Amino acid sequence: MSSVSRPLSAEIASRLITRARWSPLEIAFWIAAFATIYLFPEHHLILTEIVIWGLFALSIDLILGYAGIISLGQAAFFGFGAYVAGLLAKHGIMTEPVLALIASGLAAAVLGFLTSFLVLRGSDLTRLMVTLGVALVLRELANRFPQITGGADGLQGVTIDPVLGQFRFDLYGYTAYVYSLIVLFVLFVIARRIVRSPFGLSLVAIKGNPLRSAAVGIAVNWRLVAIYTIAAAYAGIAGALLTQTTAFASLEGFAFDRSADGLLVLIIGGTGYLYGGLIGALIFRFAHDYLASITPQYWQFWIGLILVIIVLVGRERIGSWLDPVRTLADRIGAWRASRRPRALGATPEGGGQP
Amino acid sequence: MTLVLETRALEKRFGGIVAANQVSLRLEKGARHALIGPNGAGKTTVINLLTGVLRPSSGEILLDGKEITNVEPHDRVRLGMARTFQINQLFADLTPIETLGLAISERLGTGTHWWRTVGSRAGVVDEIAELLERFRLVDVMQERTAILPYGKQRLLEIALAFACRPRVLLLDEPAAGVPDAERQEILATIASLPTDVTVLLIEHDMDIVFSFADRISVLVNGEMLVEGTVDEVSHDPRVRAVYLGEAFDG
Repeated sequence: MSSVSRPLSAEIASRLITRARWSPLEIAFWIAAFATIYLFPEHHLILTEIVIWGLFALSIDLILGYAGIISLGQAAFFGFGAYVAGLLAKHGIMTEPVLALIASGLAAAVLGFLTSFLVLRGSDLTRLMVTLGVALVLRELANRFPQITGGADGLQGVTIDPVLGQFRFDLYGYTAYVYSLIVLFVLFVIARRIVRSPFGLSLVAIKGNPLRSAAVGIAVNWRLVAIYTIAAAYAGIAGALLTQTTAFASLEGFAFDRSADGLLVLIIGGTGYLYGGLIGALIFRFAHDYLASITPQYWQFWIGLILVIIVLVGRERIGSWLDPVRTLADRIGAWRASRRPRALGATPEGGGQP
Repeated sequence: MTLVLETRALEKRFGGIVAANQVSLRLEKGARHALIGPNGAGKTTVINLLTGVLRPSSGEILLDGKEITNVEPHDRVRLGMARTFQINQLFADLTPIETLGLAISERLGTGTHWWRTVGSRAGVVDEIAELLERFRLVDVMQERTAILPYGKQRLLEIALAFACRPRVLLLDEPAAGVPDAERQEILATIASLPTDVTVLLIEHDMDIVFSFADRISVLVNGEMLVEGTVDEVSHDPRVRAVYLGEAFDG
């Protein structure tokens, strides 16, 4: 190993660092996101809804975009988290929202862990049906025990205490929005860390070639269990956020529509780069409002048409219609990298043979 | 010498077809062993049994004297056995840097570390650099694997097995379909493997076999026909009959 040319090592190190660094476009995205708190004070309710959709779609991106697990039942964890948060608050078990949020996420993670073993084997079709089935089962369980869940009427009488004992949820949704946005940001940073780690890289490898993944020593099944569990926690936290910001939980949390819309949101924004869910949620919400204002009855027609076009145009990879934006981001990143002192002076080839 | 890899009466049946019948292999430490045989003789089945992709119908596999017949494929890699594939099995969306970084992280046991960035551990980057140089992948190290030329993909295929730092390396037709220029490169690299690494080579090309191996096993219809030194095997009338003498005239 002594023959390795130092500049090459330095070049590789800088490439790997660049890969993990926040690009200017990302920083701008988050500045803009937090600026909305002050820019659109009258839209906090809608923005909170978008944040929750974005977080939910992010949870689907973790399994679909990185590990290649397709799911039509992510609402199972969303609904579960929503009810756990509701019950914790209603019965005064854990009244501080942040702690209750974490507890709801952990509860959803446990459920995710237990059901993850069902999606390990089998084709995409099996996975679609199994995840769909799990969500249906949970929904019916919630329906079957109205004394706990409130049944079809939903969980009534939930009161949410101030966040950290300080910030009361107000009528205009200011606290709700700031709280949701901070939760989203924190979870996003963690997700970003995860997908750029060796663990995240192994997920992409498994998605691409499970046979070879095992042949380099990756315990494929355990990695899938791990990411499925993490994604379940994310979905559960999204559900809990909905309960906490609306003081209500209902069977809608488990609905098939929610799973399907979550997938739709993600695909509109693009899979496999974490921002897809967030951008998709934004587009979905505004497209919804805009189309509904033109054709109140038939807005879903247009959503359906857009979906078909996106999937057909982005044949190679779902969501690739956003590629130009990403290319731009890469260019900017490369330009920044090039302004730093170049690590690799000599030509790489023929540097030193072993 | 110590036996590193051994199979005892290994058998694999697919329904009524016997793909591997009573296959017994013994590889000593540092062996350069070739497994040859006509198309459909069951060579790849044997590799798949050794690496755990397939489970044998009966028989045992021993690594360093310990039975590994029912050990998961990924655990066999951790025990020191790595392979290359006859048909490239790569990660299309990863670059060579990422591919090798991944394999090295897994070998070091840091593959589950979700809080680190890839290559943040000391030594990983140097090792990536060393492998990229040795396998002439430096100029394409940042391209997506899917768009690399075939020869480069082939080199990455083998570099990936090297990144596992195996004690036993199974090479399934490493030079298959490689252009001449890169072919020499691959063969030179294989020849320069450390002498304590045990190698099992599956190959069609007799020139490669004769230049590389010190022992040869001949597999025909899933059964071990002959096992011996290069000289013994090349003069064996049964082997000549199977190969119609063509490759053995030299």
